[in-house]
Amino acid sequence: MIFLTLIMTNLRRHRIRSLISVAGIAFSVAAMLTVVTILQGAIGMFSGILSSDSEIIVFERNVSDLFFSNVPAAALDEIAGWPMVLHADPVLFGIVSSADHPIITCFGVTAADARIRNATWVQGDRLTFAQHADDVALGERAAEFLGAKLDDHVPIGHGVFHVIGILKTSNGFEDGGVFMPLSSAQGFFHKEATSSVITIKLRNKEDAGSFKTMVKEKFPNLVGLEDAEFTRSYSQFKILKATAWAVGGCGLVLGGLGVANTMIMSVFTRIREIAILRVNGFSHLQVAAMIFGESAVVSLMGAVFGLLTGTCLLLILKQVPALHGYVDVSLHPIVMMIVIVLALATGIAGALYPAAYAMRIRAVEALRFE
Amino acid sequence: MNFSSPQVSTRGRIVLQAEDVWKSYDDGSIAVLKGVHFEAIGGHTVALCGPSGCGKSTLLHLFGGLDSPDRGRVCVNGAEINRHSNLLRLLRHEVGFVFQLHNLIPDLTLEENCLIPTVAAGIDRRAAQARLRQLADRTGLSHRLGHRIQKLSGGERQRTALCRALMNKPKILLADEPTGSLDEGTSAQVFNLLLDLVATEGVTLVMATHDRSLAERCDRLLEMHDGRVHESAYAQ
Repeated sequence: MIFLTLIMTNLRRHRIRSLISVAGIAFSVAAMLTVVTILQGAIGMFSGILSSDSEIIVFERNVSDLFFSNVPAAALDEIAGWPMVLHADPVLFGIVSSADHPIITCFGVTAADARIRNATWVQGDRLTFAQHADDVALGERAAEFLGAKLDDHVPIGHGVFHVIGILKTSNGFEDGGVFMPLSSAQGFFHKEATSSVITIKLRNKEDAGSFKTMVKEKFPNLVGLEDAEFTRSYSQFKILKATAWAVGGCGLVLGGLGVANTMIMSVFTRIREIAILRVNGFSHLQVAAMIFGESAVVSLMGAVFGLLTGTCLLLILKQVPALHGYVDVSLHPIVMMIVIVLALATGIAGALYPAAYAMRIRAVEALRFE
Repeated sequence: MNFSSPQVSTRGRIVLQAEDVWKSYDDGSIAVLKGVHFEAIGGHTVALCGPSGCGKSTLLHLFGGLDSPDRGRVCVNGAEINRHSNLLRLLRHEVGFVFQLHNLIPDLTLEENCLIPTVAAGIDRRAAQARLRQLADRTGLSHRLGHRIQKLSGGERQRTALCRALMNKPKILLADEPTGSLDEGTSAQVFNLLLDLVATEGVTLVMATHDRSLAERCDRLLEMHDGRVHESAYAQ
């Protein structure tokens, strides 16, 4: 109890300095939480597009990005005929542009595609999809920023397309995208007779292993991955996740430096006090524990405030139309745990030098100088 | 851990001993102690007098294990203090320190300050509280336990320092000018209390002081000069 009192007294003594350190950790935690959550939301949405009513994704082996993947139509035809396959949907990804929006994701899909079937058609009829080469269906947000309505003709890229429907989906990517008939997209992107991926729905999920083996044997340049496997191994996702944690980590390092600065100042200003504790029987380890305790309290308070601030920030960002679908405000316990552990580890790391310095204080020298 | 282990009486035995102790500073250029021989009997009070800089405080620091001699040996209860011995045990259970400046932590209360040695020694909180109440009663501080140090008078602070030094029932009390920062009246009060406490607790007192009138009230009065300790007189 007295030990805790000593810790809290030391923090209270320099309230402003302690609060600045807490704020440093809190902002770092909030930044990490926000960046990680948004990027995980983006990854989740992209995975959601691929796993829509399917269990396996087939794409070109060793591509850095699915936009560069080419799966030949011949492979689609053969795979669709395998007995364990219920249905195989080709999807061609592309980037199109309009006057004010240089990047719009385009999905080249067939009329039978799960994305078309499962979406809510706010305007138009899904049965009319892919009847003409210049037909497109727009995601609700894409229609909004393109200012397009049903039956309008909108300029996209070097062509003008007829809007035959407006879809609403829970997926932000899809909501902000353009759906073209597969054949039109193949022509538009000069990728005739290919798709970026094939999403596979199996008759029986147990056949996933044998399906992947068959893909490997029959099409050595293609790879089939189950959805979870794909999310884990896709290099773009790995890069995104690593970036998110690196950005957050940099924030935490800065926060840790703030803690280190506070703790160093704290130790320097009470050398005599530490000497008194030593004279009264405090061991080196007890002195170090006190310093680490102070930094742990700062870090924990920072982590808690950071989680609260981050959540509030995410709630605000959720209201931004451009981020629709990207922001998942529900805090995952694992993310919270990681953030708290990282904040604590940062605080402890920041207290390493101050604690070592405090342990080296010689009581006799500190007390000799009044 | 608590205070319940039986205290072995040290009365009449040599509890503190220095044999040919040398100590210098600044790489040997300032020799402070030059072959000090010293013995203190359990339960006795010993005063060390001498001019400033003669090495009184240095000797007390060596007795308390805060510093180590360049040469010679210091023994507490027959065990030599050196870097291999358990200095923590010495500081937690064998010796207590009182300094000229009270050396209390100003932002803590009187009670919290006094409990610090018991926290260091891992003594049971209830036993520590009981011991504190007992000492606070003896020193007239019972009504001030919850007060911060800044609110206490000089005399009260020094009495608090005395309580803190005696919390873990040390066998030796090392007092470095314990009344040096107090006015004459308060100084006499604190010193009377000090003598009373060490007598009833059976503690050996080694006190460095400039005040000869206080020093003469101790069992032994030793003079320090030329880096050595010289017997001066025995008090009644």
